[in-house]
Amino acid sequence: MARKAAIIAAGQTYHKSKRRDVNIVELIHEAVKACLEDAQMGPKDIDAVLIGNMEHFEGVYNPDLWAVDATGALMKHALKITTGGTTGASVAHAGYYHVASGLFDCVLCIGWEKQSDGDTTAGLIFQSDPLFERSNMAGAIGTFALAASEYMDRFGISEEQAAKVAVKNRGNAVNNPYAHLRRPVTVQDVLTSPPLAHPIKLLDMCPTSDGACAIIVASEEVARKKSPNKPAWFKALATRHDQPFNSDLPLLINMRTLQSAAKEAYKQAGITNPRKQFDVAEFYEPCTFAELSWYEALGFCELGGGGKLIDSGVTEMTGELPVNPSGGVISTNCIGATAMIRVAEAALQVMGKAGARQVDGVKTALATGFGGSFWTEITILEGN
Amino acid sequence: MSNRVAIVGTFQSGCEREKRGRHITELVYETVSGLMKKLGMEMSQVDNIVSCSQDFLDGRTISNRTIPEAEGAYLKSEAKLAGDGSQAVFYGMIRILSGKYQNCLVLAHAKMSEGSQNVIANAMFDPIYQRALGLDEIIAAALQARAYMTRYKITPEQTAEAAAKALTSAARNKNVFRGKKISAKQVLASKMLSSPIHELEAFMPADGACALMLASEQQAFKWTKSPVWIAGAGSAIEQYYLGDRDLSSAAALKEAAKRAYKMAGIRHPEKEIDLVELSNYFSFQELMYPEALGLCAPGKGAALLASGKTMADGKLPVNPSGGVLGGNPLCVSGLTRVIEAADQINGEAGNIQVKKPVKIALAQGSYGPAGQSQCVLVLSGDAKVKAKVNSPVRKKGKK
Amino acid sequence: MGEQEKTGVELLDISSPANFPYDYSCGKIGSFFFKALRDQQKFYGRKCSECGKVYIPPRPVCGPCYAPTNEWVEVGPQGVLECFTVVHFSFLDPMTGKKRPVPYGYGLIKLDRADSRIQHFLSESDASRLKVGMRMEAVFNEEREGKLSDIKWFKPVE
Repeated sequence: MARKAAIIAAGQTYHKSKRRDVNIVELIHEAVKACLEDAQMGPKDIDAVLIGNMEHFEGVYNPDLWAVDATGALMKHALKITTGGTTGASVAHAGYYHVASGLFDCVLCIGWEKQSDGDTTAGLIFQSDPLFERSNMAGAIGTFALAASEYMDRFGISEEQAAKVAVKNRGNAVNNPYAHLRRPVTVQDVLTSPPLAHPIKLLDMCPTSDGACAIIVASEEVARKKSPNKPAWFKALATRHDQPFNSDLPLLINMRTLQSAAKEAYKQAGITNPRKQFDVAEFYEPCTFAELSWYEALGFCELGGGGKLIDSGVTEMTGELPVNPSGGVISTNCIGATAMIRVAEAALQVMGKAGARQVDGVKTALATGFGGSFWTEITILEGN
Repeated sequence: MSNRVAIVGTFQSGCEREKRGRHITELVYETVSGLMKKLGMEMSQVDNIVSCSQDFLDGRTISNRTIPEAEGAYLKSEAKLAGDGSQAVFYGMIRILSGKYQNCLVLAHAKMSEGSQNVIANAMFDPIYQRALGLDEIIAAALQARAYMTRYKITPEQTAEAAAKALTSAARNKNVFRGKKISAKQVLASKMLSSPIHELEAFMPADGACALMLASEQQAFKWTKSPVWIAGAGSAIEQYYLGDRDLSSAAALKEAAKRAYKMAGIRHPEKEIDLVELSNYFSFQELMYPEALGLCAPGKGAALLASGKTMADGKLPVNPSGGVLGGNPLCVSGLTRVIEAADQINGEAGNIQVKKPVKIALAQGSYGPAGQSQCVLVLSGDAKVKAKVNSPVRKKGKK
Repeated sequence: MGEQEKTGVELLDISSPANFPYDYSCGKIGSFFFKALRDQQKFYGRKCSECGKVYIPPRPVCGPCYAPTNEWVEVGPQGVLECFTVVHFSFLDPMTGKKRPVPYGYGLIKLDRADSRIQHFLSESDASRLKVGMRMEAVFNEEREGKLSDIKWFKPVE
């Protein structure tokens, strides 16, 4: 990477299913305020504001324009980047590019969603291709159900193994005051929860949340001189937004975009043994089966070995490579914010500010972003 | 490590009122493959992509989910800037300057014929305080026109002259559909949309796509003998609520231009700039925006037009293409301005090429109610006009 | 306990029954595909001029090759069920404006001679009677209009 840039602060809202006490811009403002406080900075320290969400969820076109006051973007360089579920990571990456370019010193990046203002499933169906998918699609749930059925059939992954992902992540969320769902679950709870679309049951799937998250990306000079927090340096990033349809390829069998993005990011960061070299990972796992599949595509285990890996305990808080100390997406999903929350949580781990969910001695953290037709964004952060 | 970025190739698919027979993938593929063929470039040589489109215009949440194959995103990094195409160029430049990429494909598309434009535009106004008022782009612009015209005593004839100039110029532009030789009187006879804006003074929904290739200093000459350097870029955004703004002046545009000029080392734009392509969604903007760009004094935009200086054969041509009024959709319009300006620098504007040599050109794009968000790019055909990219935008005393 | 009770402040909502109508152009390729469904009850995939892959849904360009697709290839009407689910949760269907009746079968079928899969409803809604690898056949509606719903569903081949 040519010029260094680091995340020096993060803020997020306490994610809930319905925030009727704030409107969209007030929700965004909460995360911005928390982030600026974390940085001990004010709006005058910010050069640029980058923001994104998924507009059809709230039915507001160009909400970034409305949010000008709430984000402190007035008379500043302000852009909106929207790439579906990967939005939060696309915006974080844009923050990196802005600072690394040398044109901006201190960039505020925001991801947010007020899902309760709209109809999430209808919004997700509006994401489908109107000619070839929309009349049949059953939201994200249907897509994951199809992908999971293929994945299970190919490798013999069991519903129990998938359920363990929920047990782990929901258990981790108890330590995360910002998480939406904070009650632990058991394997039995998951297996007996209402079926949504076989094999996906209610507790296999993420909730819908109202929430916002903001980070500040800063230049090396600002990070070293002004940051009250230990900087989390961008070590590598990779993006793959290259599939139009969900039906073309098996989605959870060696997930194409994740494997390809990981290859690029690992090369950039010098990662040859992810299990040894990453100290923590924050995955964007919209459902339990996804997390298992992604262990494989990311090289944490061999292809088809995701079920065995969760059985082994390697990805528990006490294991060799904790995955989702924050509780992950199974515990909180405000879509436009979610991919940024992964980056923010990874940054907090590097900074040593993750409180009760802190993993000891984190130097290198991995964050994944997911969205669209199984698109991927990968971010690797490092402390000095 | 790059410290300059150039436009090395451009392609327009042309805009029409409706491209009903074209699916978005067909339109984008034609545009992007057209650019690649023109450049003699293989898709495998493209480092990354910035696309520009809007979910609400496409009727598709994640509007770039329609086009990954058509834009060549296979195994590449791609991001969608959901605003104006001029901002997509700025963002593409930023991505190359970061050092991670050596080139960047920038494209924009919109098929406004597929959606209900009043409903969509109304959705830009917040549901709590404004939407029920039925506001849309035209009404917001009308309020701004009223404020500007009142303050500087601009007459309807003067804004109509700007429309007549735009539409008459557009008649020679094969990439748009609305041009015709027309007089100010005929413009004023057209239907009143929202006073003081007449139908022929307002942009029309359209379908189209265009694309350009950016390259770093290291790679630019691999693709073209005449790179067009981005010497300066700036953007800024004003308040959202129309009532919060001084609608009689384009404050965000002034700030964006200031930043772009600073980067390009331009001190006297009215002397140093050879040609301007500005985004005239409404004809009064062709009077108002040159003031904010420092090409004439505040309130003197109409006088500037009347002087003939901004005609295609004048000393400072403004919109030889006819601009947005000639027929460009949202998203595409700002990128089209950049393409038109770059083509003029290279003498590649065909029918609408101005005769005077063009070394420095300005392209401007905007989006949001009454041009709330503004972006200015200064382009240079002169390799010696360098972008000062090592000094950050932020300066002390900034609000 | 709701926010209202907690804070003692009455909170209001503004309802916006947003209706965003769109008319999506099918384009040349989409029109051919859907007319074939409507008029011939046949599926056609689109073949890449370089790698020869046959794509369904059809598209003008092959992503990996970045080369145009240039040939129509008749595919199906039978194919292999590569994955499936039975949907149990009901939701507001934006195409009909009504809640979709559940349960129903839904799967990806790789039609014979195609290299990618098509997603559609299945006649079978009992998961125990569905298996990855089953052969399926398209069932068309009597009334067809040139859209995806001209296909009623896919049923197991007897």
